[in-house]
Amino acid sequence: MPRVSLTVNGKPVSAEVEDRTLLVELLRETLRLTGTHVGCDTSQCGACVVHVNGDSIKSCTLLARQAEGAEVVTIEGLAAADGTLHPMQEAFREYHALQCGFCTPGMVMSAIDLVKKNPQGLSEQEIREGLEGNLCRCTGYHNIVKAIDAAQQVMHGKVKELPRAAAE
Amino acid sequence: MGFEGIGASVKRREDLRFLSGRGNYTDDINRPGQLHAVIVRSPHPHARITAIDTAAARAAPGVAAVFVGEDMAAENIGGLPCGWQVKNKDGSPMAEPPHPVLAIGKVRHVGDPVAVVIAETKAQARDAAELVSVTYEELKGAPTLEAALKPGAPAVHDDVPGNVCYDWHLGDKDATDAAFAGAHKVARLELVNNRLIPNAMEPRAAVGEYDTMSGEYTLYTTSQNPHVIRLLMGAFVLHIPEHKLRVVAPDVGGGFGSKIYHYAEEAIVTWASAKVKRPVKWTAERTESFMSDAHGRDHVTVAEMAMDANGKFLGLRVRTLANMGAYLSTFAPCVPTYLYATLLAGTYTTPAIYAEVKAVFTNSVPVDAYRGAGRPEATFLLERLVDQCAIEMGLDRVEIRKRNFIPSSAFPYQTPVALQYDSGDYGATLEACLKAADWAGFEARRAEAKARGKLRGIGISTYLEACGIAPSAVVGSLGARAGLYEVANIRVNPTGSITVFTGTHSHGQGHETTFAQLMADKFGIPMDQIEIVHGDTARIPFGMGTYGSRSLAVGGSAMVKAADKIIAKGKKIAAHLLEADAADIEFKDGRFQVAGTDRAKALAEISLTAYVPHNYPIEELEPGLEETAFYDPKNFTFPGGCHIAEVEIDPDTGVTHVVNFTAVDDVGRVINPMIVEGQIQGGVAQGIGQALLETCVYDEDGQLISGSMMDYTMPRADDLPNISVGTAITLCTHNPLGVKGCGEVGAIGSPPAVIGAVVDALKDHGVRHIDMPATPQKVWGIINANRPRMAAE
Amino acid sequence: MYEFTYHRPGSIADAVKLLAGDPDARPMSGGMTLIPTLKQRLARPTSVVDLSGIAELKGITVSGGTVKIGGMTTHAAVATSAEVQKAIPALAKLAAHIGDNQVRNRGTIGGSVANHDPAADYPGALLGLGATVHTDKRTIAADDFFTGMFSTALNPGEIVTAVSFPVPEKAAYAKFPNPASRYAMVGVFVAKGPSGVRVAVTGAGADGAFRHKAMEEALATKWSASALEGITTPQDTLNGDIHASKEYRAHLIGVMARRALAAAG
Repeated sequence: MPRVSLTVNGKPVSAEVEDRTLLVELLRETLRLTGTHVGCDTSQCGACVVHVNGDSIKSCTLLARQAEGAEVVTIEGLAAADGTLHPMQEAFREYHALQCGFCTPGMVMSAIDLVKKNPQGLSEQEIREGLEGNLCRCTGYHNIVKAIDAAQQVMHGKVKELPRAAAE
Repeated sequence: MGFEGIGASVKRREDLRFLSGRGNYTDDINRPGQLHAVIVRSPHPHARITAIDTAAARAAPGVAAVFVGEDMAAENIGGLPCGWQVKNKDGSPMAEPPHPVLAIGKVRHVGDPVAVVIAETKAQARDAAELVSVTYEELKGAPTLEAALKPGAPAVHDDVPGNVCYDWHLGDKDATDAAFAGAHKVARLELVNNRLIPNAMEPRAAVGEYDTMSGEYTLYTTSQNPHVIRLLMGAFVLHIPEHKLRVVAPDVGGGFGSKIYHYAEEAIVTWASAKVKRPVKWTAERTESFMSDAHGRDHVTVAEMAMDANGKFLGLRVRTLANMGAYLSTFAPCVPTYLYATLLAGTYTTPAIYAEVKAVFTNSVPVDAYRGAGRPEATFLLERLVDQCAIEMGLDRVEIRKRNFIPSSAFPYQTPVALQYDSGDYGATLEACLKAADWAGFEARRAEAKARGKLRGIGISTYLEACGIAPSAVVGSLGARAGLYEVANIRVNPTGSITVFTGTHSHGQGHETTFAQLMADKFGIPMDQIEIVHGDTARIPFGMGTYGSRSLAVGGSAMVKAADKIIAKGKKIAAHLLEADAADIEFKDGRFQVAGTDRAKALAEISLTAYVPHNYPIEELEPGLEETAFYDPKNFTFPGGCHIAEVEIDPDTGVTHVVNFTAVDDVGRVINPMIVEGQIQGGVAQGIGQALLETCVYDEDGQLISGSMMDYTMPRADDLPNISVGTAITLCTHNPLGVKGCGEVGAIGSPPAVIGAVVDALKDHGVRHIDMPATPQKVWGIINANRPRMAAE
Repeated sequence: MYEFTYHRPGSIADAVKLLAGDPDARPMSGGMTLIPTLKQRLARPTSVVDLSGIAELKGITVSGGTVKIGGMTTHAAVATSAEVQKAIPALAKLAAHIGDNQVRNRGTIGGSVANHDPAADYPGALLGLGATVHTDKRTIAADDFFTGMFSTALNPGEIVTAVSFPVPEKAAYAKFPNPASRYAMVGVFVAKGPSGVRVAVTGAGADGAFRHKAMEEALATKWSASALEGITTPQDTLNGDIHASKEYRAHLIGVMARRALAAAG
């Protein structure tokens, strides 16, 4: 079987794959990085979104061999070595932007890419439109939008600390 | 209790693992030596199987086994059981045709499982599955209610004449007829409650494992109720005694009802794991989910309301056809009956109600409970009918509701359709919601929208639901084949930390947080000293699982009951240590204290004493500090409230956007407001989805047209508005927490509010009702066909 | 997916050689359509020739009133290209609304036009702007390129190397997405420029993207929404499905045309 070599979450990895193996299968089954999920088979749901060379992509719609030499980041690679969460992860927790957690890894990876590519800042409507490739069945997106809005303020250096959710 | 206790928006403790990719979902589980199963499914809606040739598949690379229905029948494997028997009007039992795990002789819907191929890799299993050659003799299909009830319709089951599963009724026909005879006016409405496909984001999955040494089976499955699966699969399908069968439901990625039921694939992988003596894993592809997860709703109804000259409701008559699909799913029969017709009083004093429900087999995927289950159907009917009543009477939609509300002084209130409501204040939720939504200021917003070329409308629903399912004796008398109590086991560990084992299951609801808050409050110790365990029959004594907004009302009450037992025992131990009378010991803030003194022992001191009983009343009291409670609810709980939707329609395209959504709900006592708000927002999102976007479509032959996310419209972020949620509570009177439930209210209350708003926006276009979903095509069609009448006309 | 052999050639010549030697080989650009098709086992190629390693297929150049976009240029690259935004803002905007962010990060113009999905956006732009498709062998006018649903003038093994667009005076694209898939259910591209007045419709045609001659004639006379009044679209050549009947699609073509025209100014 052919071998594919790439960097995943900062570590070089090399694995034998079939030519038809998808990146998500390499991540989940060979590398046992099961944080990346598969929620559909028509590239609609976005549960499988990871970063490849800095861009969010659906890892169910990329052959593992297409990622030869690529830098891949998955949900497992977001937090700092000391466990400090990425601001987007922290915002999702603060704003209750997840319930069952299944769409969450893809949602977080998409959201980070969305915010990074829009340094000018995103309106609520732009955030909603920017999530077109990710489905959530639990939250109604309300809190996801709030979380991304809060995280973008931290990521763009507008504020030092994540704005806290309103107390009840 | 302070920050962590009841009423605090504590951040969820489960989030850290989900946000770090460390969740443990069924498809994340890989057992040593595991094989992969792929199911061969029927491409036909209705066909006889004349031959199955598996030789080529068996010979394919990596294939370990191929099984068909006859292989299971040869081992006396049972069919998938139905958990609820509904009786016909004449008292005879419903038709209950067999539901084989793998089809035998005939397939009855697209997706009906026919064979399973088990191989070393999933790719090999898929390759080999294509080599299973099934010869079908195609039969005419009847996928819809209309098709299945036509004279001469194809028989879905040969021994079920006319495809009628049951013909059931509830209420007083004579009293209702009399009410109509004396009516001043009658409002009438025919409507469809559209068929939905649940689409929890995690596809179903199952891993079966057989231990050849012990003879024990383990099933890991995407279930909302692992004990129920163990009971049904063990006792009725595979005949495995419960002590040899463990069912684990780990992290589950959403359920919404669709993961309550015992599904064929669970039995297949469990049974096959013993046949091949290796673990067997199956994970649905989304396309399979569309054709094998139980669907929801699918009713056709005619409803009439009789009114007096003041618009008071005198009588309600309802005739409903309910689609069961091809087979009876686990709880299907109770959904359009006891979870539906019993809700038809709603929040109103309607004195006479008569409902007839005919359940029908069709060549479609089985239909069962989906978020709300029966209650959204009842609420949609009732709230839409009340809007028609307002039109008939020339009354405002709010006014007619107020005139018919059950007054808050009337509780407990006995309805004419079996339920007795314990508490509520419908006027309070209504007024709060009207205010929050600025109902009074709407016409100005309509005018402003009109200036922008948009049609704006507002809609309201003042709904009620019955949940906290349910008193066992009551449901038993109505045909349930199970009790619906809940179980909690609380283990105070020797050094004072607490492990709580609950029979409920969390698949997004945040139980690990809410229950820990509840227990922190009860025991007066920090949350981080409390662990909540669910989802494993080997660890939890028993349980009925999570559905019907029951976890807190029933499961939480069981916890309170078990905690009370712990505290009672702790008092005895404390009395011994403090040389006082147990009756004088008070338990407060984690300490057992002699009343009126400063003599006290902390919970951890008591637990240590219980496990190291050197100085202990050993004659009267067993060592240890662990208690189990089974809590059987005394009644259903009755959350309710008011939902107001505002929509804007683009008349050029028919596109409808919900621009404002306001909910004020009475869910009883709130433990964690953040989680409650999230649950309601999620429910509302599914309700808006039903109202505007989602619908399952079969073509006339029974092919599933909306069979993927390319054709079934899943709500996306930009389809939905911000969802404003408020609460105005009354306490449940019959459970110790005063809680009612919040998981389903959003999906129950919202659809009629949204459709009411769409109809209001189109009021100049001659429509009084629009069936769901109000898609752009449908709305444009109405606008195009009914140009507004000119004032001169 | 069925088994296949994966190739990633480094040059057009090598890619052509691989494709020429095997009639059942399939070229892959972004893979946004091909991979889902393979996953559903709707195609069974012997080999997949990934064009992403061919540097000469990527990039955007603007010169002499022409925007030339390499076949392997992603939608995201087109959408965010300052040069495209300046020269043909309608094209950048169209690219910015193809699929979702993840599709735009991988999907390419070459793949989109070569596939000619009837619900794709780019075919509307090619017809609307009078673009030219460059292949490894020849150039093909957009008007001659799209020959039917999922069908183009490309020969087997022929690779789209670039698409060049004449810079118009005015242009805009308006799309009505399918509520479920978000593909174009109706998309209308209007333009006025070196290729004349053009109105191209994608998403709606049973044979794929097409030019709306009646609207073109009306707009050529008078570049104004009022010129479109009373113009209807014959329904017999349109698609109908559960989301949109032919009648509704015909209506939406009129609405989207007016909106595109308003946006084009």
